[in-house]
Amino acid sequence: MDLNVWILSLITWMPFVGALLIMFTARHRPRAVRLIAAVATGISLLLSLVAYARFDGDVDAARFQFYQKVALVPPLGISYEVGADGIGLVLVLLTAIIIFAGVFASWTVETRSQEFYALLLVLVTGVFGVFVSLDLFVFFLFYELAVLPMYLLIGIWGSSAQIRPRGLFGWAMRETGVGSKEYAAMKLTLYLLLGSAFILVGILALYMAAGGASFSFLEMEGVAFDPVLQRWVFLLFYVGFGILAGIWPLHTWSPDGHASAPTAVSMLHAGVLMKLGAYGVVRLGMGLLPEGTHDWVPLVGTIATINIVYGALSAMAQTDLKYVIAYSSVSHMGIVLLGAATLTEAGLNGSVFQMFAHGIMTGLFFALVGLVYEKAHSREIFRMGGFGRMMPGIATAFTIGGLSSLGLPATAGFVAEFLTFLGAWRSAHSWWLFPAVAGTFLTAIYVLRVVKQIFWGAVPAGGEFHDLPDARGPEWVALVLLIFVIVLFGVAPGIALGPIDTATVPLLARLGALP
Amino acid sequence: MNDAGTLALAALGLPLCAFVLLAVVAPLRRAGKAAGALGIAAIGGALVAALVLWRSGQGVELAWSWLPAEGGPMATVGILVDPVAAVMLVLVALVSFLVQLYSLGYLEHETGPALGRYYAYHSLFAVSMIGLVLAGNFLQMFIFWELVGLCSYLLIGFWYDKPEAARAAVKAFWTTKVGDLGFIIGIVLLWGRAGTFTFSELFKMAGDGTLAPDGLGLVMFLIYLGAVGKSAQFPLHVWLPDAMEGPTPVSALIHAATMVAAGVYLVTRAYPLFLLTPDVLALIGWVGAFTALLAAVLGLVQADIKRVLAYSTVSQLGYMMAALGAGALGAGFFHLLTHGLFKALLFLGAGAVIHAVGTNDVWRMGRLGGAMPQTAIVFLVGTLALAGIWPLAGFFSKDAVLAGVWEGGLTVPFLMLALTVFLTAFYMFRVVFLVFFGAGRAEGHPHDPPVSMSLPLWTLAGLTVGVGGYFALRGGGQEGHGPGWIPWVSSALAVAGIVCAWVTYQKQAVSAETLARIFAPLYTAAQRKFWLDDFYGAVYRGGFLALSRLVGWVDRYLVDGLVNWASAWTLRVGDRLRRIQTGRAQDYLYGVAFGLLLVIVWSYWP
Repeated sequence: MDLNVWILSLITWMPFVGALLIMFTARHRPRAVRLIAAVATGISLLLSLVAYARFDGDVDAARFQFYQKVALVPPLGISYEVGADGIGLVLVLLTAIIIFAGVFASWTVETRSQEFYALLLVLVTGVFGVFVSLDLFVFFLFYELAVLPMYLLIGIWGSSAQIRPRGLFGWAMRETGVGSKEYAAMKLTLYLLLGSAFILVGILALYMAAGGASFSFLEMEGVAFDPVLQRWVFLLFYVGFGILAGIWPLHTWSPDGHASAPTAVSMLHAGVLMKLGAYGVVRLGMGLLPEGTHDWVPLVGTIATINIVYGALSAMAQTDLKYVIAYSSVSHMGIVLLGAATLTEAGLNGSVFQMFAHGIMTGLFFALVGLVYEKAHSREIFRMGGFGRMMPGIATAFTIGGLSSLGLPATAGFVAEFLTFLGAWRSAHSWWLFPAVAGTFLTAIYVLRVVKQIFWGAVPAGGEFHDLPDARGPEWVALVLLIFVIVLFGVAPGIALGPIDTATVPLLARLGALP
Repeated sequence: MNDAGTLALAALGLPLCAFVLLAVVAPLRRAGKAAGALGIAAIGGALVAALVLWRSGQGVELAWSWLPAEGGPMATVGILVDPVAAVMLVLVALVSFLVQLYSLGYLEHETGPALGRYYAYHSLFAVSMIGLVLAGNFLQMFIFWELVGLCSYLLIGFWYDKPEAARAAVKAFWTTKVGDLGFIIGIVLLWGRAGTFTFSELFKMAGDGTLAPDGLGLVMFLIYLGAVGKSAQFPLHVWLPDAMEGPTPVSALIHAATMVAAGVYLVTRAYPLFLLTPDVLALIGWVGAFTALLAAVLGLVQADIKRVLAYSTVSQLGYMMAALGAGALGAGFFHLLTHGLFKALLFLGAGAVIHAVGTNDVWRMGRLGGAMPQTAIVFLVGTLALAGIWPLAGFFSKDAVLAGVWEGGLTVPFLMLALTVFLTAFYMFRVVFLVFFGAGRAEGHPHDPPVSMSLPLWTLAGLTVGVGGYFALRGGGQEGHGPGWIPWVSSALAVAGIVCAWVTYQKQAVSAETLARIFAPLYTAAQRKFWLDDFYGAVYRGGFLALSRLVGWVDRYLVDGLVNWASAWTLRVGDRLRRIQTGRAQDYLYGVAFGLLLVIVWSYWP
């Protein structure tokens, strides 16, 4: 068995195997459940690192490596076809890191831990599958596999928030039950299924237009689609994947969903699933539809700048800690799409780098919010205070995450944002630079305000919060791993930019966007 | 890599090792004193390396790829050692070393973990500041620029459970960030036209005219904005006085001698580019002189000894910037160096006083000259240097600045600076008379500090005298090319300031209240800090927070409201449609009949 051929399949299916093991062997043994989950995701993580090390960074040789193809339904041209280029490689690594950390961060889930971990692992297989699939049919199957378990995970293990129905649509908010976890789960699932309907139509349209012989991405890449078709299919992909990427104004599922989801699910969802959307736009939209891309990038980039500023301002307005982080994701996903829309090497590299960086830092954030909530039983920012003395470890980690979020140099967030700035200025719409930079300032305001309110100052009188414990054993694994990655990729961004560049340059060349 | 490269890397690497050890090895950090010893040893090593590098006079430029891209790296990191960087490196390492040593005594009552955290931050600061000094390109400079800002934030907030400290830390970060927005946009714009961040390449382009001058003014103005924030120039100076909430040694190092001078260093570094934009240079000169005067006026009315010193720092930074703006590059940088020495001395001296009497309020001190003679002597040396009295270091650098501004043709800024000389002497000797002589009496039994604190004080005092003596023997500063009357005028103004302070606060021939009455409008305005803080507070609350609440409301109740509206509407329609399923066969039969009718009509339609 050649490892280079099998490695992506092993990474992808290992969590699924873990899920099966959990369902069939570890009934009512929570410790075994966690152990299996940790080992399965640990193997995926190790193998992703191996793949990373083995990736051939030579630009001409790069393209899709670790290639494997097994025909599934030959008459329809459906096959199990996987491979990873630089972009896929980095995102596979991201997924592996987040799920591994997520398992440790939710070490204390007690209720139905068997089902919880099984669903979580199945979901992760779906995510890995999306990033490595080169067959659009299988891609779509994996995509659905990544979205659907979310409904159960939020609906069963989630938590509800208090939101007062008000305003013009107050009656509608009351009727739909805004704030409850069931509401959030339903909203998220319906929204994302709506998106996948768009995507499915787009994929089928391309399949038909390409002759109906194959779903293979590599074969479709060679087809020059009709410009009018490209225009409409790109829009389908943009809206379909964009919903998952949290584009304004289709983003409102994400704050509710992330705030209601249990810790590991928020980590995975904001950290990785939103990247599926951005990845879809870049891979399928820009990769297959060069002329459609040129038609729509002005809109994509402009909406991305709205995301950045609007998301940051919304985050500033929140009083629930989890909502602050959730809205910060809306803002940061704007950087991802803005970078892509610049159609420049710097911008697109920044975009992919931000997918990675934001995944890690938002994973860290949600892990920390989960820990704070578990210990203080509160998410109300303005009722907390002075936690730094009681939980210095959590305070430090939160500050580092926050600094990365506001784009402080020597953290991964800076590299991503800076590259995007460069790209924005070199793009056809150089004004995009200014809202993007303004977004970093707004982020500095809301992040430091939250840090000051929760961790600094004095503990509020009343004795509600005293002797809160700091993070413990397994929880530290998640925090230390994520912090290490944030700093490492901030100090030595070349580790990720090397592979990324081998994928973005050919992509831009096909788009005719390289000088 | 030659010796210079190795030495520079050692100066950078030693504090880095100390920081990583302190950050990662928790038992070492919690040990407190041991953590301090490690930090001091590391910065001591860096100081030795810096001194050797400076004496050797070697230069070097190294670069490694940082942001890889197609066809060569987009950005590099590296090291640039030239005479300016070398002497700045010595200043940074020296003051860092002395301050870290001093802190061991000053913070003796802190717990182990707190002290360890303090030294971890200090080591990170040393790395960042040295990295900034040695940066060979704008991007690297920005990276370390932000990191020193981070250290400043962390150290101002060192006593983070004090609400004032927490507020001041955040204020410092936000205010400097405003300037940094300009800085980063400027870097991006500059890259957009030149395609590089590297100083040497940019200077070459500036030299042979390949850098198009039109529009360059905006770029350099934006870059200068970064310096406005960091070096506390008007109107972004408001954070520096509040930053005094941090421990006093931190104020001495970061908020007096090194980090706040980074803006001046930035302009010095990028001077060949600024020379292409004379308008921006003139603006720098005017803003600098105005800042100097404004801060001196504010310094007159402060009761907190550290705030007096903070405003005096703002004022002196204004001097440096004014010199740079007037074209006197050497004078501005010279003043940066001497100011770094005597201002650190003053802050550490003030720290010794605060440590002894337990308050910052000058009105609650008095006659400390007898109880703390050593502190009084070194503080007096620093004060005389700041006032610009011959033959101390400050005299030569201040005269160089004044001469430079005069020669540069900025007459009005020159007059502002000259007035500031008088005010500086006045407010500094006000402090000296109130604290060390005067009528008041401090509580408790104040005494001179322990040797770990007095050693840095005497070292800095010795350097202040020594540097001044060196230039006095050589017959004037190297930059003193101005007209011969300038030293006389400035000395006369300084002496006048001292005499006025003596009359008012020592002899009490004129009461301070009378002075306040005479200058009533100005006095009120200065007390309110010229309403700038109120203005920024209003912008923050009325602008940012109000706008965010509006957007948050729109998002929840309009954008998401529409989503809920669609959802609720779907539910309602579904509910209506459900009623079609009545379960009665007749109803279904009607339906079938109606459908049949439709089919028939459709088939026979003409």
